[in-house]
Amino acid sequence: MAERARWPLRLAAVCYVGVLVALPVGLVLWRTGEQGVGAFFSAIGSADAVHAYRLTLIVAGCAVVLNTVFGVGAALLLARYRFAGKALLNAIIDLPVSVSPIVVGLALILVYGARTGWLGPLLSDVGFQVIFATPGMVLATAFVSLPLVVREVLPVLQQVGDEQEQAARSLGANTLTRLRRVTLPTIKWALAYGVVLSLARCLGEFGAVRVVSGNVIGKTQTVTLLVDEQAEQFEPGYYQLSVVLLAVAAVCIVVISLVKPKENR
Amino acid sequence: MTKARSRRGMAATVLAVAAVAALGLTSCSSGSGSASGSTDSKKVSIVAYSVPKPAYDALEAGFQGTSQGKGVTFEASYGASGDQSRAVINGQHADYVAFSIEPDLTRLTPDLVDSDWNSGPTKGLVSDSVVVIAVRKGNPKHITGWDDLIKPGIKIVTPDPGSSGSAKWNLLAAYAHGLIDGGNDEGAQAYLKKLAANIISKPESGNKATQTFVNGAGDVLLSYENEAIAARQQGQALDYVVPADSVLIQNPAAVTKSAPPAAKDFLDFVESEQGQRIFASKGYRPVLPGLDPGTVAGANDPEQPYPTVKTLTTIAQLGGWPAVDKKYFDKSSGIITKILNGS
Amino acid sequence: MSALSSAPARRLARLGRGHEAGPAGGNRLTAGPAAGLGVAVLWLSLLVLLPLAAVLSKAAGGGLSELWSSVTDREAVSAIKLTLGCALGVSAVNAVMGTLIAWVLVRDEFAGKRLLEVVIDIPFALPTIVAGLVLLTLYGPRSPLGVNWYATRPGILVALLFVTLPFVVRSVQPVLMSLQPAVEEAARSLGAGRLTTFRRIVLPAIAPAIASGAALAFGRAMGEYGSVVLISGQIQYKTEVASSYVYKQIQDDDLAGAAATATVLLAISLLVILLLRTFARWGARHG
Repeated sequence: MAERARWPLRLAAVCYVGVLVALPVGLVLWRTGEQGVGAFFSAIGSADAVHAYRLTLIVAGCAVVLNTVFGVGAALLLARYRFAGKALLNAIIDLPVSVSPIVVGLALILVYGARTGWLGPLLSDVGFQVIFATPGMVLATAFVSLPLVVREVLPVLQQVGDEQEQAARSLGANTLTRLRRVTLPTIKWALAYGVVLSLARCLGEFGAVRVVSGNVIGKTQTVTLLVDEQAEQFEPGYYQLSVVLLAVAAVCIVVISLVKPKENR
Repeated sequence: MTKARSRRGMAATVLAVAAVAALGLTSCSSGSGSASGSTDSKKVSIVAYSVPKPAYDALEAGFQGTSQGKGVTFEASYGASGDQSRAVINGQHADYVAFSIEPDLTRLTPDLVDSDWNSGPTKGLVSDSVVVIAVRKGNPKHITGWDDLIKPGIKIVTPDPGSSGSAKWNLLAAYAHGLIDGGNDEGAQAYLKKLAANIISKPESGNKATQTFVNGAGDVLLSYENEAIAARQQGQALDYVVPADSVLIQNPAAVTKSAPPAAKDFLDFVESEQGQRIFASKGYRPVLPGLDPGTVAGANDPEQPYPTVKTLTTIAQLGGWPAVDKKYFDKSSGIITKILNGS
Repeated sequence: MSALSSAPARRLARLGRGHEAGPAGGNRLTAGPAAGLGVAVLWLSLLVLLPLAAVLSKAAGGGLSELWSSVTDREAVSAIKLTLGCALGVSAVNAVMGTLIAWVLVRDEFAGKRLLEVVIDIPFALPTIVAGLVLLTLYGPRSPLGVNWYATRPGILVALLFVTLPFVVRSVQPVLMSLQPAVEEAARSLGAGRLTTFRRIVLPAIAPAIASGAALAFGRAMGEYGSVVLISGQIQYKTEVASSYVYKQIQDDDLAGAAATATVLLAISLLVILLLRTFARWGARHG
C-alpha cells in the first residue's frame, strides 16, 4: 500500500476501534482497580457469585455439549448425504442468529411455560419444570448459539471431500470407526474453533436467559444476571464481576486466535 | 504438532466435554427437581417485589441469629410486584411472598396462599411507608409538594402501574392530592392529567425507576420514602420531599400453602418487634404502633426519620383495594390507566 | 491430517480437496444417518421450530383485529421505528468502517496490529450486559468525558456500534486476503489512480462480503438487548428499543402483545437479511 495512503487509514482504524472498544473497557478496568484488591476478592468470592459461577458453567456446559453433538451430526448430514428438505435444514440452522434474545425467551415460555405453554403442563405433570429452572436456561442458551459449531465444521467437511471415508469403508471400517479415526481428526481444528466460539457465546448469554430464569438469586441467576441485579440494586461488585467476565472473554479470544483455521490467519 | 500430541489433545478435549456433560446432566436433573418443590425443610424461597432487598437481606441475617432461625437458608428473587406475582402463578417456586400491594397477593389465593392470610395480628401487613417526591441533590428545581409537579418543564419518572405495585401507590397519592385540592373526582382527574403530561419515563419496577432517575433521567422521581432512604444509604446523591399530603403505603406478606414451617417462623419474626426494628433501620415505617425506630441513616433527619404526614390517606378511605384496583387501574376502563395512556 | 497415512490415501486426500463430496450432492441416506437426521430434526423442532411457531400462533391467536391493534399501538410503532432506524444507521456505518478496518488489517503492517485484531474480537466474546455496563460507565452520568448519553439516541447508537463492530470486518477480511494483487498492479500500471483502482476493481470483489457482514450486523442490531438496555433508559417514545418493549410486555403478562411485536420484528429482520444475502450471493456469482 502506497506510503501516502497508509497513515490516514491506519489512524482512522486505530482511533475508531480504540475509542469504541478499548476506551470503555479500559475505563472499567481502571474503576475496578480504584476500588482496590480487597473489594475485588470479596466481590468475586461472595456466596451469590460462587453460586452464579457454578450455574453458569452448568448451563453453558450443557448448551455447548448439545450444540457440539448437533453441530457435528448436522454438518455430516449436510455435507455427505442428500435428502429432501436439505436447503430448509440449512436455512433453519441459520435462523437463531436473526432472532432477538428476548424473542427467544418469549418463544420458549409459550411452549414450555408450566401453566399455559404448549408442552409445559404435560412436562409439569411429570414433575419436570423448564421455565424458571435450569432446563429452560439451557434451552435458551442452546438456541442462541445453535449455528456456531455447524458453520465452522460444515465448510471443512465439504472442502475435504469423503474420499478418505470411502477408502476407509472399503477397507472394512464401520461407521463409528470411520467417524472416530477419519472424520473427527479432519475437522478437529474447525471443531475446536466452533466449540470455543460457542462457549464464549453461552457464557455471556443474558437476554434470553433473563426472560426464562425467574432471577432467583443463588439459584437461577447466572453471572450475567447477577451483574445486572447488582447494578440495579446499587450493590457493589458488578465492576469486579464484569472484569471476571472480561477476562474469560479475553481468554476465549486468545484461544480462538490460536486455534483459528489456517486460511484465515 | 506431532500426531501423538494432537491425538492426546483430542482425547483431552473429549474427556473434558464428557465431564462437563456428566456434571451438567446430573446438576440439570437435580436442579429441575428441587425447583418444583423444595424437599429441604430448612430452606425458604422468598419471592418479593423489587424494593425491599436490603431489608430482607438484613431480616434473613437477623432471623438466622435466633434459635428458631438457626440453620435456615434462604434463596430470593426480586422484581416488579405485579410481575413477580404473575410469575408465582406461572410456576415460580415460592415459600414466602411479599408484594407491594394487596391485589398482587390476593391473586394467589385460594390456590397458592390460604384465604385467611390476613387474619393475623398485623392483618398480613409487614411494612409501611409513604409516597414521597425524590429530587436531585440540593433540590435545584425547588420542589415543595405535589403542585410543583404540574409546572411546565418538570420531568417526572415513576414506575409503570401495569407491572409495578409501587407505581399504583404513587399515582393514587397524586390522585388523592387532586381530590383534596380539587374537591372531587373531576378536579382530581384534571390534576392527574397535568401530572401525566410531565411523565417522561415509566420503568417496570420501583427499583428500576430509582435506577433510571439516579442515572440522570428526569428532574423528579415519585417513590416510596423507604426507597429514597435506601438509595441514600447506598450513597446515591438524591434528596426527598415528604409532601403535606400523601398515601399510606402498606405492604403485605404471606407464606404459601406448600411452604415449610421455617417460612411461617420467618414471617412471625418479620412481624415481631425485632423484625420491625430491622425494617425501620432500612427506611420502613414499622407496622407495630408505638415502636421507636431509632436513628435511621439516610433519612432527611436521622433522629426523626419518619415525620408525621399532615394528611395521610389510607387505601381503606379510598374504598379498599379490590374496588380501587378496578376503578382506577383496570386495564381498559381504569380512570388512572386511561389518563396515563393519554385518553 | 488423517489417521490413514499411506501414500494412496494421501493421494486420494489431495484429490478430494476442493470438490463437493462424492456423488452430486451426497450419498443416499441409509438407516443410521436417517435416524440421525430424525434426531436432528426432532431437536430442531423442540428447540427452534415449535417455539417460533408458538410466537406466530400467539400473535395471530386473538384474531387479526387484535393483532393489528397490538402492532399499531403507539408505543410499539415508536419502538420499532427507533430500532429500525438505529439498525440501518449502524449497518451503514459498519459497512464503511468495517471495510476500512479490514483493509488496514490486510494491507498494512505496523507494530500493534495483533493487538488491534484482538480488540476487534472483544465485542463478540463479551457478554452483552457487561458491554452495556462498560458503555454506561464511559458515557453515562459519571462519565470522565463530561457527557451524559444516558437515555439518549447517541447512547443507543454507540452501544449498537460496539456490538456490531466485528461483523463486517471479519466478513471482508478473508476476501481481501484472497484478492490477487496482480490485477490491481496492472490497473495502476495503466494509469488508474488509487481511488479508481479501489472503486472499480477491489470494491466489486468485496461488495458481497460487505453485504453479508452488514446483514449480520443489521440482524444483531435489530434484536440487541443486553448492551442497549442499560444506557437507553427505556424512555417510552424516545429511547425504548423494540427488544425492551417486548420484554416489558412479557413482564406485564401481555404475551399476545409481545408475540405480535416479536413477529413484526422477526419479519423485518428476516426481510432485510434476505435482501442483503441475496445481493451477496448474486454479487459473488457475477463477480
